Formats: sequence, structure tokens, C-alpha cells
Amino acid sequence: MTLYDLTIHEAIDLMQRGELTSVELTQAVLDRIVAVENQVQAYLTLAPELALEQAREADTRRAHRSQSNLDGHAPLLGVPLAIKDILCVEGLSCTCGSRILEEFVPPYSATVVEKLRTAGCVILGKTNTDEFAMGSSTENSAFFTTHNPWDLTRVPGGSSGGSAAAVASGMALGALGTDTGGSIRQPASLCGVVGLKPSYGRVSRYGLVAFASSLDQIGPFARDVRDVAILLGVIAGHDPRDSTSMPLPVPDYAGAITSNGLNGIRVGVPREYFIPGMQPEVSEAVHTAVDVMHRLGAQVSEVSLPHTDYGLPVYYLLAPAEASANLARYDGVRYGLRVEATEGMWGTYRQTRGAGLGSEVKRRIMLGTYALSAGYYDAYYIKAQQVRTLIKSDFDTAFREVDVIACPVAPTTAFKIGEKADDPLQMYLSDVFTLNCNLAGICGISLPCGFDGNNLPIGLQLLGPAFGEEIVLRVAHAYEQATEWHIRRPQIPADSETDPINEDDQ
Amino acid sequence: MKLSVAQVEHIAELAKLSLTNDEKARFQEQLSAILEYAERLQALDTSAIPPTATVLPLRNVMRADEPRDSLSREDVLANAPQSEADSFRVQAVMD
Repeated sequence: MTLYDLTIHEAIDLMQRGELTSVELTQAVLDRIVAVENQVQAYLTLAPELALEQAREADTRRAHRSQSNLDGHAPLLGVPLAIKDILCVEGLSCTCGSRILEEFVPPYSATVVEKLRTAGCVILGKTNTDEFAMGSSTENSAFFTTHNPWDLTRVPGGSSGGSAAAVASGMALGALGTDTGGSIRQPASLCGVVGLKPSYGRVSRYGLVAFASSLDQIGPFARDVRDVAILLGVIAGHDPRDSTSMPLPVPDYAGAITSNGLNGIRVGVPREYFIPGMQPEVSEAVHTAVDVMHRLGAQVSEVSLPHTDYGLPVYYLLAPAEASANLARYDGVRYGLRVEATEGMWGTYRQTRGAGLGSEVKRRIMLGTYALSAGYYDAYYIKAQQVRTLIKSDFDTAFREVDVIACPVAPTTAFKIGEKADDPLQMYLSDVFTLNCNLAGICGISLPCGFDGNNLPIGLQLLGPAFGEEIVLRVAHAYEQATEWHIRRPQIPADSETDPINEDDQ
Repeated sequence: MKLSVAQVEHIAELAKLSLTNDEKARFQEQLSAILEYAERLQALDTSAIPPTATVLPLRNVMRADEPRDSLSREDVLANAPQSEADSFRVQAVMD
């Protein structure tokens, strides 16, 4: 048994039976990090001592409490997780993948991090991200690019590429990411793990460094659907510190996935999500997955989301507009880099932002500033918000006929590092199937549904209505249990610089 | 529609971003291409469609106006590039 490959629920079972301690598990994952992190480069910050201290605490807590008492209060006791480096963990650096926050150490933790810690988890470190979550490959990280564990010459997707790669390579049992236009689902797809974007308002964003406030949402990564359901159950819920978190009760998500059949479930397949130019293997794998759901009892029908094509231009006006306002705070006064200019305060603002922010972030600030500027506001920003209404109503209409929508996550499997780095529009096109979910505020999951000819994972996307996470998880789980894609693990070649003993881990 | 260098400089000034000449030239091309792509939205008649700023039904969420604990001054100033006398240090705003 390879400890670092355990799912969260397997590890919890072993720890509850007294066959595994959190210290053993955490140490196994830390050893795995030593073995493969040089090749994958998923982490911006590692906190091994802190992790082991939290693991010892978890073992002590478990020893002093009865099992029944424990389950409800600490569902993640002793489970080692990774956190995307755009979520605040008190005392650990939070760079957001940016030079401008290279030295920033948050004085408080995000609500989701507090909830995970209360649930007993162990925090391993902070994972790589495209700068301020703007990107689809982690190539926009100011520090380094994360490598896809299935092929180290390829991107892991993004922006939560570090979290996806860490989970895929056994360097964490689960992780948190954020999804503004696909930043959880697309890397989950490219790395062959499960990733969920909750409905807008399902999870508190307090302590998440803002990118586009009407679209951002925090969600979990793990190696199977049950784990994702457990993690969502911990992080979901209303938070008085986030006025956009909905005051709704949190269902028992892990309890929602007990049935393996899909009798009575209506699955819609949107014709607009199968487009010329997409990789044929992706389209075939998704159609095959729909056939599996049909065999499990689901009623399958075609649906239409007629404004799908407009999602990309709408997103790339609205998200940059919101970003240009949110990122105005990086002025070198209260935190972050400051480049003092001789020509006074305004010069310092210009120099600080010019030196501290990377190309993609500047490009989006420029685009958003333009869309909000006098004379263009109605033509771009308001127009995009109006088309957003149409995109949302497409989904409202579709969800009157079907329970979930099944479609691809991304048009291709993982692309080569550098392949799209110089062409922003090509890079944006890799989000074409994920953006509309954020614009409509609905929920979506990505889970493995096959591999292409290069042994690269293919993802299936299941979209559900706002606050329909239970049905999405239930369908995803039924499909997953009928297939074996989620059991495969990448073979990461040993680094020539690491100790040969680590080859045993492969 | 192609942006001029002067327009790029104007936007950069609104956003308080210093750009190199190379960045200006690159953004001129790239922003023009993205905006041209966005032109397809104009094909839709949206005159009767209300804009969506947020998908949530919540409006004006309020809390009681009561004092609460906040971060200590020391913790907040720990990340400041420059601080003095329990305050953030800034450059002169007015001469």
C-alpha cells in the first residue's frame, strides 16, 4: 500500500481503525514531495515542520476522543492538504504568483482555511498559480511553471495548476483551488483528478485575494468524487464576513452519493460544446461517458445553449473589468512591493505596478480599464453584462428539462509548455467550455473520463443548477464507480538529482 | 478596430501602470485583437435585456453597527513597505 496514493476517505478509515497515524501519512506525503517536487514544481511554499506539528496534534486529538464524537466535529482529522497560494493562511506567505506580493504574509486565515483546520486537516503548503489566478497553464506565475505529472513537458492547466498537479502526483491527498472561468475544472481535467467549482455564493470568499468578485469561487480538488464531496461539506456555508455567501443550509454532500444507479436522472448534452477544432479523442471520450450514464439508467437528451459562443468575449470583458478595480489596491502603501519614484506619489504608483505585475495581469488591467472608461462603458461593459443575462437564461431554460449537463471541460488535453504562451487569445480559447458556468453562477465538476493517444487524461464536465451540487456529485460518483479512470496514477520519472532510493516510490 | 499608441498610453495612465515601449507595442496589437474578437457581441440585439452584475438575489446585506475586534495595529503594519508612528508612511499627496 502506497500511503501517498490513498484517497481522503481511505486514509480516514485507516486512521479511525488505528492502522495509520496522521504523522505516518503526513511523513509519507512529505517524502513523496522530496521525491517528485523537483520535477513537478507544484508548491510555492512548503511548510513541512508545521505540517508535522499539525499531524501530531491530530493524532493526539484522535487518541483523546471517542470515534463517534470525532466524526461530526473533525471530518478531516489528520488529512494532509494543499492550499492554492491565493488563499490566506495566517503566517504563511501568500504571493498569488506575483512579484508584487512576494513578501506578503497574511495576518489572518481565509474562512475556508479556518474551516479546514477546525475539521482537523494538516496544511502542507501553498501551491503555484498563474499570477492572481489569471491564466490557464501556470505559465503566468511570476516564479516558475508547474509541470504536468502525466508528461513533464506539458502544462498542468491553470490557474490552480499547482493544486491539481500536487493531488495528481501524490504530493497532497486533496487541495483547494479557485475558479473564476475554469481555474479548478480545467487543471483537474488536464491532470486527471476531480475538481469542483461550487455555485456562486456556496463557499465564503473571505480571505481569497480577489480577481473578479462576481465570478470567483473556491472549490476542492481530490482523487475521487467522494473526497470532493467531503471537502465541499467542510468549506461550504454562509459566512457573515462575505456578504455574497448565501444564507442556505449545507446539505450532507457525502451522504448524497450513496446510490450508484442513475434511474430517473435526466442528462442533457449541449450541441454547442462539440466544436470543429477540438481534439477528436476528447469529444469521443465525453460521448462514451454519456453512453455509460445512459447504461446506468440516465435519460439522455440533446439540449441547446444558444449563446455559448458569446461566453468568451463576455468573460474577457467582465473579468478584466472587475480585476482592474480589484487590483487597484496594489499601490505599494499597505502591503506588497513599493518602488519609490522621484516624481512623487503618482510616479510611485506607476513604477510599483509596472515593476510588480506581470504581462497577463497588466494586459487584463488594461483591457478592463478600457472597457470601463468613458465612451466605452456602454458598448463593452454593459453590453457584456446584458449578454451575460442571456447566457444565464440559456442554463435556466436547459435545467427545466434536464438535471445535469454533460460536456467536455477543455477542447484539448494538456498542451506543451510554451505552446500558447505568446498568444493570449489562443490561451483564452482553452477556457471556452468552462467560462459560462461562472457567468451563470452555477456549479460544475470535472472528473476523468479517458486518456488520449499520448496517455494524457481527458475530463468530463458535469454542470448543475445553482446550489445543485448534490445532484452533480451523485451523477459524477455513479459514473466514476462504473469506470476505472480515477484509479490510474501518473508514472513520474525519477529526477537524476534525487536519491535513487526514491525510485521505489514510483 | 485598432487602438493607437496614444490610446494605449491613455489607458495605462488611467490604470497607473508604467509600461515600456515594448509593452506598449505588444499591448497595442494584443488588446486590438481581443477587442476585435469582442465585437461579435454587437451582433446581438440586447436593447430589452437587463444587465447581470451578480447572479445572487441578495442586495444590500447589512450587519448591526457594533464595534468588533479587529487585527492589531502591529499585525497590519507588519506588511507595510514603510510605516512610521503607528501609521502607513506615504509620499506627499499635495505640495
